[in-house]
Amino acid sequence: MPGFFSPFITRPVSVSHIMLNVLLALIPGIALYVWFYGPAILVSLTLASVTALATEALMLKAQNKPVTPCLKDNTALLTAWLLALSIPPLAPWWMVVVGTAFAISVSKHLYGGLGNNPFNPAMIGYAVLIISFPVYMTHWLTPNGLGEVSLSFLEQLNYIFQGVLPDGVKLDAITMATPLDTLKTQLHLNGQIKDILDMPIYGRLAGIGSEWVAAGFVLGGFYLLARRLISWHIPVAYLATLFITAGIFHLLDPAHYVEPMFHWFSGAAMLGAFFILTDPVTSPTTPRGKIIFAAGAGLLTYLIRAFGGFPDGMAFATLLMNICVPLIDAYTQPKIFGKKGAQS
Amino acid sequence: MRTLYQFHGGIHPPTNKTQSNQTPIKQAALPSKLIIPLHQHVGNNARVMVEAGQHVLKGQLLGAPEGHLSSAVHAPTSGTITAIDMQPVAHASGIPDLCVTLIPDGRDEWIARESCCDWQGLTHTELRHRLRQAGVVGLGGAVFPSDMKLYAHKHKIKTLVLNGAECEPYITCDDLLMRERAAEILLGVEMMRALLYAEEVLIGIEDNKPEAIDAMRAAVAAGKHERMEVIAVPTVYPGGGAKQLIRVLTGIEVAAGVRSTNLGVQCFNVGTAYSAWRAIHHGEPLISRIVTVTGNVGHPQNFEVLIGTPMDELVAQADQLPDTSGYIMGGPMMGVLMPSMQVGVVKATNCIIAASSKLFPKAAPALPCIRCIRCADVCPAELQPQELYWFSKAKNLDKAEDYHLFDCIECGACSYVCPSNIPLVQYYRFAKSEIWAQEAAKKSADAARERHEFRESRIEREKREKAEKLAAREKSAVEARAQAPLQPAVAASNPDADPENTMQLKIQIAIDHAKEQAAAIKPKNTEQLTPQQLAEIADIEARRARIHELAKDTSDGQP
Repeated sequence: MPGFFSPFITRPVSVSHIMLNVLLALIPGIALYVWFYGPAILVSLTLASVTALATEALMLKAQNKPVTPCLKDNTALLTAWLLALSIPPLAPWWMVVVGTAFAISVSKHLYGGLGNNPFNPAMIGYAVLIISFPVYMTHWLTPNGLGEVSLSFLEQLNYIFQGVLPDGVKLDAITMATPLDTLKTQLHLNGQIKDILDMPIYGRLAGIGSEWVAAGFVLGGFYLLARRLISWHIPVAYLATLFITAGIFHLLDPAHYVEPMFHWFSGAAMLGAFFILTDPVTSPTTPRGKIIFAAGAGLLTYLIRAFGGFPDGMAFATLLMNICVPLIDAYTQPKIFGKKGAQS
Repeated sequence: MRTLYQFHGGIHPPTNKTQSNQTPIKQAALPSKLIIPLHQHVGNNARVMVEAGQHVLKGQLLGAPEGHLSSAVHAPTSGTITAIDMQPVAHASGIPDLCVTLIPDGRDEWIARESCCDWQGLTHTELRHRLRQAGVVGLGGAVFPSDMKLYAHKHKIKTLVLNGAECEPYITCDDLLMRERAAEILLGVEMMRALLYAEEVLIGIEDNKPEAIDAMRAAVAAGKHERMEVIAVPTVYPGGGAKQLIRVLTGIEVAAGVRSTNLGVQCFNVGTAYSAWRAIHHGEPLISRIVTVTGNVGHPQNFEVLIGTPMDELVAQADQLPDTSGYIMGGPMMGVLMPSMQVGVVKATNCIIAASSKLFPKAAPALPCIRCIRCADVCPAELQPQELYWFSKAKNLDKAEDYHLFDCIECGACSYVCPSNIPLVQYYRFAKSEIWAQEAAKKSADAARERHEFRESRIEREKREKAEKLAAREKSAVEARAQAPLQPAVAASNPDADPENTMQLKIQIAIDHAKEQAAAIKPKNTEQLTPQQLAEIADIEARRARIHELAKDTSDGQP
């Protein structure tokens, strides 16, 4: 028997289908990640995925909600991947587990589960980790060929799970601060942009390696746009604001403010523009609202990067703008059919 | 080439039209009985004009229009009335309604028909009267009495839009009608144009019906119809909704609660134009219509069907397949599951889809809304369905109204695209009905309050009148006494002892008391209103009236 009420037909596109496509769109970025930094990231992705699914199942069970259909929606996996991509691949295993479990349990399910969380769970997980374990959060891998030593996959595993490095290898030899972090530190030491960018960790636009990973996320972002899984408003408004703000400062003082392309291809800007800010649950629904939301995030990202206490501002910019979403939605309701004149 | 406009959103569901539009319209066999509801139109029930046991002729009046907004119902064939009682009917409510059951005698014998070879010779009032008496209503699904839509308006009607879009999947009855009876449709349109004094006629047909477009264009040329254009419009659901088609053809957006005639446009379905022509030129009341029978049947096709034909008898003629589990009247997007398979075909029946669980599998369980706004992307009314869903679910009805709940035309596009399988339209129907229920409750509470206040004031008035009457009587008694012979002086010197004076004092007290009482009755807050308050009240009343009208007219924009 069909349903009792019209419409009796639906388009066979499900939430899990959509989320699966977003996961697929992350693959070019992940592939480039592996190419430049080795397979350690795959370990944290796996760890985060397993933790996310287990936490999700537990939370659903505790609330007496159906477990299987909800687990199959792929949303927990997406949170896990976004979080894993935001933290250093060499972070100890328990950090990935703590961050992911917190993201899924507290910031998603305690707020009512899928669709009800006001904050992006992956960014909450990131915020918890960077506030609680700031030192571990700086252990970014040095791109292949740039460090004095590079670890084999087994050696990486050993470090992640047991914290043991091969004899004679120091942590400093295999990790480094991110290009954004280095820039910030060097500027504090009164360095000039021109000189700083001559350091070996910088490539054409931003950090060697990391700029390519960012490009991989752009590619994935275009896939999402082409499949209409996201609309143009958020990425365009975010990147444009970031570019314009950075551009203004750069024009005013090129010695101390790096050029806008550097900001685009550093840190989580591209991942954020296409994958994090575009999370439908935690972003506005109206076209104008999306633009305001993303522009705000772009501005905040720049301000935190240039003047704040953290090297990257993506996560906090996202969370701060998440707070504003209900307000933005309420004030940007579009005019409806037949009522576009002055009076409705 | 005419510039066409777009409306926001819309979807492209599989059309499933080719199954049923390959063969010509077939005359359906005379059924064993006809179950004819007396309420097949928007407006008042038709008044029963026959009684059980009576023999009637084809075209004889069964129910006469009652009141301003109503329509007539006729016998679709000759035969005997066996019952006039409550039966399940083809309506969304599922509530039984008064039906006439007619057993055909097989002779199909017509009543004397008043045909008219020259409708131009008739006055417009006479034309409208004949349409009303012939039971002509909108056949696009809204079944609004056509005569009511054919008044020359105080705003000049520029454009008469003829709706042949037929955007719902599966349905092909208008397609076939245009292919086969284009000339008569256009004659009907000319009549409508004359009644409306409309300048131009735009006939909108979706471009997935090339044969119908060709047939209609040929008929326009052959009939030498001027200022009449057949326009192929893009195939997009719900492009056949009256508001959407008007938008596409003229660029005009008709908001909810606004009559299109106020904006210079009137819209009719092609089937209505055809029936209007048959009614005037041939004197044939609306006793049959074209119905697409499709879905889970061996031979999907279109039939010319007598109103009242039991659906199962009709579908059997298209070779119903055994696993059929029910009938959907209308299309899969806005159609209604029939309460029984034996209900009679009504004037609104454009299509019967035999449903099976294979054809319409049960939807997967609904997941939470992820605010992906695919619904907002496809909403032709440009609403925010995800917000309406949220408010409806929370029963936050004021907020739902703020977000234009009543602009929703229930086209189902949002439900169709929802990746979480949320039955969105159901939530909106629920919220609307809750609001109507509240309105009704408020109205009856208002009435009760008014009655109560009236009673209070009546009691007070009666009390006052009694007191005044008493006072008056006693006063006249005093006066009568005063005119009587003078009292001894001694009495005057001792007023306390004077019984008359004591009486007068008492009277004075009673009068004062009555006056006090009268003064104590405060004016009601509904009296002594400022002009501003009056205007506000008028505003509120107008809004309420509009909502009620909408309640009646929700099916108005049905594609």
